[in-house]
Amino acid sequence: MSAPRTPESLGLSRADLPNSYIGRSVPRPTARKLVEGRATYTDDVSLPRMLHAVFVRSPHAHARIASIDVARAAAAPGVVRVFTGADLAKVCDPWVATLAHLKGMKSAPQYALPLERATWQGEAVVAIVADTVAHGEDAAALVEIDWAPLPALADIETALSPETPVLHAELGDNLVFTRTADTGGVDEAFANAAHVVEATFVSGRHTGVTLEPRSILADFNRAEGMLTVWHSTQAPHMMQGVFAKQLRLPESDVRVITRDVGGSFGVKVHVYPDEMAVAAMARVLGRPVKFVADRFESFVSDIHARDHRIKGRIAVDADGRILGFDIDDLTGIGPYSVYPRTSAIEGNQVVNLCGGPYDFKHYRCTTTVVLQNKTPTCQYRAVGHPIATAVTEGLVDLAAERLGLDPIELRRRNLIRDDAYPFTSPPGMRFEGLSHHAALDKLVAMVEPEKLRAEQAALRARGVYRGLGFASFIELTNPSPFMYGIGGARISAQDGCTVRMDPDGSVVAMSGVTEQGQGTEAILAQIVAHGVGVPVERVKIVTGDTRVTPYGGGTWACRGAGIGGEAALQSAVALREQLISVAAAILQAAPETLDVAMGEIVDRASGSSRMPLAELGRLVYFRGDTLPKDAPREFVQTRHFITKDYPFAFTNGVQASWLEVDVETGLVRLLKHWVVEDCGRIVNPKLVDEQVRGGVVQGIGGALYEQCVYDAEGQLRTTTMADYLVPLAADMPDIAVGHVETPTRESLLGAKGAGEAGTAGAPAAVMNAINDALRPFGAKLFAQPFTPERILTALGRVAPR
Amino acid sequence: MKTRLDVTLTVNGERVTRSIEPRLHLIDFLRLELGLTGAHAGCEHGVCGACTVRVNGEIVRGCLTLAASLEGARVETIEGLSDSGEIRALQDAFVAHNACQCGFCTPGMLTTAADYLAQGGAADRAAIREHISGNYCRCTGYQAIVDAIEDAARRRAGGAA
Repeated sequence: MSAPRTPESLGLSRADLPNSYIGRSVPRPTARKLVEGRATYTDDVSLPRMLHAVFVRSPHAHARIASIDVARAAAAPGVVRVFTGADLAKVCDPWVATLAHLKGMKSAPQYALPLERATWQGEAVVAIVADTVAHGEDAAALVEIDWAPLPALADIETALSPETPVLHAELGDNLVFTRTADTGGVDEAFANAAHVVEATFVSGRHTGVTLEPRSILADFNRAEGMLTVWHSTQAPHMMQGVFAKQLRLPESDVRVITRDVGGSFGVKVHVYPDEMAVAAMARVLGRPVKFVADRFESFVSDIHARDHRIKGRIAVDADGRILGFDIDDLTGIGPYSVYPRTSAIEGNQVVNLCGGPYDFKHYRCTTTVVLQNKTPTCQYRAVGHPIATAVTEGLVDLAAERLGLDPIELRRRNLIRDDAYPFTSPPGMRFEGLSHHAALDKLVAMVEPEKLRAEQAALRARGVYRGLGFASFIELTNPSPFMYGIGGARISAQDGCTVRMDPDGSVVAMSGVTEQGQGTEAILAQIVAHGVGVPVERVKIVTGDTRVTPYGGGTWACRGAGIGGEAALQSAVALREQLISVAAAILQAAPETLDVAMGEIVDRASGSSRMPLAELGRLVYFRGDTLPKDAPREFVQTRHFITKDYPFAFTNGVQASWLEVDVETGLVRLLKHWVVEDCGRIVNPKLVDEQVRGGVVQGIGGALYEQCVYDAEGQLRTTTMADYLVPLAADMPDIAVGHVETPTRESLLGAKGAGEAGTAGAPAAVMNAINDALRPFGAKLFAQPFTPERILTALGRVAPR
Repeated sequence: MKTRLDVTLTVNGERVTRSIEPRLHLIDFLRLELGLTGAHAGCEHGVCGACTVRVNGEIVRGCLTLAASLEGARVETIEGLSDSGEIRALQDAFVAHNACQCGFCTPGMLTTAADYLAQGGAADRAAIREHISGNYCRCTGYQAIVDAIEDAARRRAGGAA
């Protein structure tokens, strides 16, 4: 057992895995409670003496708070206490969301409730704590705030103009962050290129719309000095640290419990001031306080994302070789950078990711991140990827058109060769191993473009306009401390798992990664069952409790399988070895002659049963007197894992969209969508496919429907689900998913992330398909969402607004 | 709101009486008064469908229905539909196809899907997609849900379990 472990030695490379759950579509053990309505979301938890928080929110995008009169609200039925910003500042310290490795980044201190000004419409300003939500809402209407409206910063293009007021005077200007990646030689390359094409892209500001709104229940037990927070979050340990720091408690006095989470998509991995207020109010009152955002509050206070304007140019030679990209990104993030991940990462990712799938030499990309009086933006599923992919793939398609080349052919000429790895991209991203060509070949076989081209041509003759669009992409997964930790953020890139065997042979695994519907617990159970050697039904997974699970980062940036899964595998294998060593002592056999399979100690050579694990458990837990005195007795093992060789494990893939544009109405009908992606070793194929499909549909949402619409005064006009449109079943196509498997060599499991690939590539594929459909008209669209109005405007059928 | 109204109705086969505020919606009545947390409040303005429950055999939005209007009504929630075994085949299909991810929309989605099947809905993907378009799901992209309902419809048509 001293030989080094390899994927092969752990049974991960055999084509036939009779005793393995890895690579098999095992149904999720948690699905039954979901279909029977027996899950426990945060709002389903009720505690004795529980109170409810209701917030009075700013009706102005920017206004000074001249005075607040809470007297009538405080006297209203059921009201226990009313809190203002000044009240909470006594117990909850402000935070500043910057990262040291984002050079020059700045942001202003943010309080749980603002002290002097509201800086976006919907910012919580006063908190009512009452016995019921209804009483709290009644009282909220009685709070009188004397507002002195201030000019709203709504247009990112003028945010840095000298005549524009500075949002936070102490910052000096409205610039949060800027960064340029420049290989040099860009101007010369473009000057000498055979062809240069350019476009200005817009990515619509949109938001996550988790169906379960943000939810939190905080209780402070004065006798124990203990803050317990039931929280719908992706990162319980991170939140434990945040609550502890801001409320001046040791981390040991804060426990965060995360039961079932009704969708996250990045929305629930941030520090929200209203949630900090709830914890602070529980601390003051010594009673449980619950807050569940209503949908209006979700739209105005959940993070928004992707509010970018990007000018892009591509240079190609006469043979269709890409010479370079030259890109200028401008993004508005609201009045504060969001703690602790910051709101500069999205723009930074655009700089890191543009041109990502291609082998080219010259690159220049600048992001400029500015303040606005709008809802703060931060990381949302596939952070920056959909933007970078739309810009890159939009430009590649324009180049193909200029050259008269098939878009597939232009990609084949320029995608990084599958044997070129390791490879470092012009902006410095390091790729361990990708499979762009294999993925494209597989996609082309699935799509059969020549058939669709024939259909397209035949239908065009009849006035029906169909388009086929492609998008290659890369996705950043398995982040190391290079993502946040090196910038000073207390966000863990490592993760741990403790696996133990109970007396009857049951196995319990406690993991620091979390479940929001992806199937994290299912894949952990499969991995642990494989690693220990027990039936998957005998494995129970515990996540989402900072007092119980090993310290970890939670689930975000596609790290559940790649980081949490590897920690689970290593701890499970260690437990297996422990079981074998104890059994060997009892059976007086050499450890190397034994193995564990399907819940039994077996003879390694013959596979015949030597002892059920239940018997081993009985002997060790209840008849320890019968064991040799120095025999080990620990049926519990913990391992932590972090990636070490690469800052990120990149994945890759390619998508295709086939759709029809009605040139009379501007409506887009999606006919079919294809994805081939490579997320390394696949633990559960069905779960991966469903992550991809869900991600594609979220990407389509941004491309066609979803947009947080603001007026010139910074008022959000889309605050109901009837105004903010998300994809519906009737509008969505079936999505075919194929895979290439290039396991990462950084871990034994070899898994990379799969949750964001769909979202990364879908908008670009849809955009290219729309532009392909409209090619006979010479109309092109680069501003998402591609609404009927925009399509008809591009067609010249309605006048531009 | 000093006025309270007494209302007596049948929920999942049990007769319940509560004294409630007239403004209380059915979804809050179920969740807060009865502790039936299976149906969820997703938007509270009748769009997302997470609060879908059955009243007198018809599916309704729990967030748009006033509980005080339900004197004598027969209400069924996901808990009741599960305990009775009525939608067991549909639930099995949802599990088999991984037709739920976070599960927040799932009770409402299942209730709507059961309604589709109860109306004799066929294994027709377009018709299924149309019928469930009043129920939002942000996780799955809908395909697995359509697969599951199609599967259940086909099995029912074929008489298979």
